[in-house]
Amino acid sequence: MKRKTKSYLLKIPSQTDNLEIIRNFISGVAKKVGFEEEDVNKIELAADEACTNVIKHAYQNDESKDIDIAIKIDYQKLTVVVTDRGQSFDMREVELPDMKSYLAELRVGGLGIYLMKTLMDEVDYRSKPSGENEVRMVKYFLKKEKRPVK
Amino acid sequence: MNAFKVKRKDVKEVSVIYLKGYLDAHTAHEFEEALQELVDEQRVRIVVNLSELTYISSAGLGVFMGFIEDVRKKKGDIKIAEPNEKVYRVFDLLGFPVLYEIFQQEAEAIKKYRAT
Repeated sequence: MKRKTKSYLLKIPSQTDNLEIIRNFISGVAKKVGFEEEDVNKIELAADEACTNVIKHAYQNDESKDIDIAIKIDYQKLTVVVTDRGQSFDMREVELPDMKSYLAELRVGGLGIYLMKTLMDEVDYRSKPSGENEVRMVKYFLKKEKRPVK
Repeated sequence: MNAFKVKRKDVKEVSVIYLKGYLDAHTAHEFEEALQELVDEQRVRIVVNLSELTYISSAGLGVFMGFIEDVRKKKGDIKIAEPNEKVYRVFDLLGFPVLYEIFQQEAEAIKKYRAT
């Protein structure tokens, strides 16, 4: 099926009680464009984790701030872009925990980034000179082994 | 809108916590308070029944992680019962089945405490 490029945008106050609205927005779009339930759940959870990080870390629970969530659909993938204007935090510098030792040490917190990277096909983060921070997460319609080789 | 509920039932020395709805960064503190209450009462043989839990994020998983060490030090445990497939998949992704005993039925989890 050929899909045209489409964008969906949500601007929402940075509050944890809005996470449910964010999840419904993300899962609604992912379902509509044809992802199977298991992938819909993965995209929903990854977006929740990205927004939770923004609420708690970038904006430090300041509810007067807004989060921008953009979903872009093209013929091969869904891209979620979460943008904030708070404190930058480069997740590329966070070492991924080795889950076995992580569980053995019973460390608390920090699971969110591990989940995002595990649930999505691509995750990237950048701080723009304009002061915006952007988390970009991609899910392809086809699993890697089924995608045409470039 | 936000239908998260925590209920508690004591079955002799075992306490069962029932979670309903969404366990995320907004609701995790309610679950945390329920576990803290049990620990304060020295009721550390805990079963968390997830049959009505529809969603869990890392904020909820962090609550399980935050209490397990303390509870086990006090010779108790946190056992998980009746997660649906969606919730179980998240536990599985993080390797929780290695760390926590997960049961298909609440009664089996309670029985396991009786056996020890």
